[in-house]
Amino acid sequence: MSRLRIAFLTPTAAVMGLLFFAPLLIVFAYSFLTRGAYGGVMRPWTLEAYDRVFDPLYGHILWRSLWIAAVSTFLCLALGLPLALYIARSASYKTLLLNLVMLPFWTSFLIRTYAWMFLLRDTGLINTALESLHLIRAPFPLLFNSGAVILGLVYGYLPFMVLPLYATLEKLDPSLLDAAADLGASPGISLWRVIIPLSKSGMIAGCLLVFIPCLGAFLTPDLMGGGKTVMIGNLVQNQFTTARDWPFGAAISLWLMVLVLFVTAFLGRKGEELI
Amino acid sequence: MKRFLPEYAAAAYLFLYSPLVVLGIFSFNSSKVAIWRGFTWDWYIRVFQNSALLDATLNSLIIACAATLVSTIIGTLAGYALWKKRSPILTNSLYLSLMTPEIVAGVSLLAFFEWLFRFLHVQLGMHTVILAHVSFCLVYVVIVILARLRTFDSSFEEAALDLGATEWQVFRYVTVPMLLPGIIAAALLCFTVSFDDYVITSLVAGVNSETLPMVIYAMARKGVSPEVNALSVMITVGLGVLILLAGRLEQRSGGKARRP
Repeated sequence: MSRLRIAFLTPTAAVMGLLFFAPLLIVFAYSFLTRGAYGGVMRPWTLEAYDRVFDPLYGHILWRSLWIAAVSTFLCLALGLPLALYIARSASYKTLLLNLVMLPFWTSFLIRTYAWMFLLRDTGLINTALESLHLIRAPFPLLFNSGAVILGLVYGYLPFMVLPLYATLEKLDPSLLDAAADLGASPGISLWRVIIPLSKSGMIAGCLLVFIPCLGAFLTPDLMGGGKTVMIGNLVQNQFTTARDWPFGAAISLWLMVLVLFVTAFLGRKGEELI
Repeated sequence: MKRFLPEYAAAAYLFLYSPLVVLGIFSFNSSKVAIWRGFTWDWYIRVFQNSALLDATLNSLIIACAATLVSTIIGTLAGYALWKKRSPILTNSLYLSLMTPEIVAGVSLLAFFEWLFRFLHVQLGMHTVILAHVSFCLVYVVIVILARLRTFDSSFEEAALDLGATEWQVFRYVTVPMLLPGIIAAALLCFTVSFDDYVITSLVAGVNSETLPMVIYAMARKGVSPEVNALSVMITVGLGVLILLAGRLEQRSGGKARRP
């Protein structure tokens, strides 16, 4: 097998090496260089980019990203848990119900974001409807704020939460809930003391699977946050395009990667079974 | 709490689908503003008359087909080899690439290509977009193939080996035909992921490689246009059909592998 195995694995290993690890290595090297006049980089080697990561000016972008990702993750959990519970408990149509959650996820992310922009804009459906009913005089600012970004992220990543939650809840023995009820536990108590502790692994996996893409989000804050709700992803993109400060953009990217590495290692084998 | 679950689930599904449904309804609106003025096919006709959109669609199709072909072939080979014997390093690398934020993958590929081009005299363009797409589509193929192989009955392979087939012959004439629905499912998934990508594509695309998501992005930034609604409906329906097809094939290949 060994020669065939090498032949089968080499192309994928080559793609990963050349198009994933080598680019990361370049970014790593660039983060220690000085910015070039028209983008790109030049010598001397310096740690300046890393100093600037902790500048208060950028510190609040990091904080904003962290809290937006945290709130979005929490909302996904709060919305996803009852939904996963319902799907796991439903007698028939389990696969159909689960696929209905996944289907929008596989269709275009950009279009789903645009759909919300269509509803929330100043000239969008909600504001137009409210105005024509004379409930409001001026359009209500629904889009281009943190709330809109959180809504977009929750909408985009809810399936990532439901899937692992469903996987653990489906294995949960319903007789445990009957036992809890027989022993006098109210539904709220059995949720808190039986369902939640037993679905902990699914909850952790779901939270990480939502938190990571939210933290590195670019498209949602870019389209739904407007200029005011800049997150780390937008900062990175800006450094590589408009601002043309590649070393600084590279340094931020690496910090983001360190975080992702940490979380991926934490997920480890558990993620392998759940994704 | 249990009593409210069905109502809650209904609300959740409404939340997931209503924005798309509303978008679809207003693609038939004869007015440009978000007030219903009557039914029209105009916006759909305009999509087909917009040459920039058609060019971008062609680019997207070429890129998605090329990236799908390459990723599906090498991903299937890798998935098969990983099923025979684990390789934690490669598996973890693939999962790491899945967890990497798109924006980081995008800027690192941009930096890499720009660095490479100092030595090779080429420019950003369709080829760089295709390479980038292969790099992020690959993991989806491996995941689907591995998932299919988990329920794969290896006794057919053993029978073929006993009858004197070489390992390559076993793979070519026994495994691939039995796995074919799974491979097609992986390809369809790959196609949708590639077709939809904006973040990485926009960073590594050159002047003549504008893709459909890039055009939609530009239009979405400009403002609401029913033309985008119409285009969105067509893409969503198209990708939705592909995904349902992929799901069907995936299930069938699982069943077939257990009871051929």
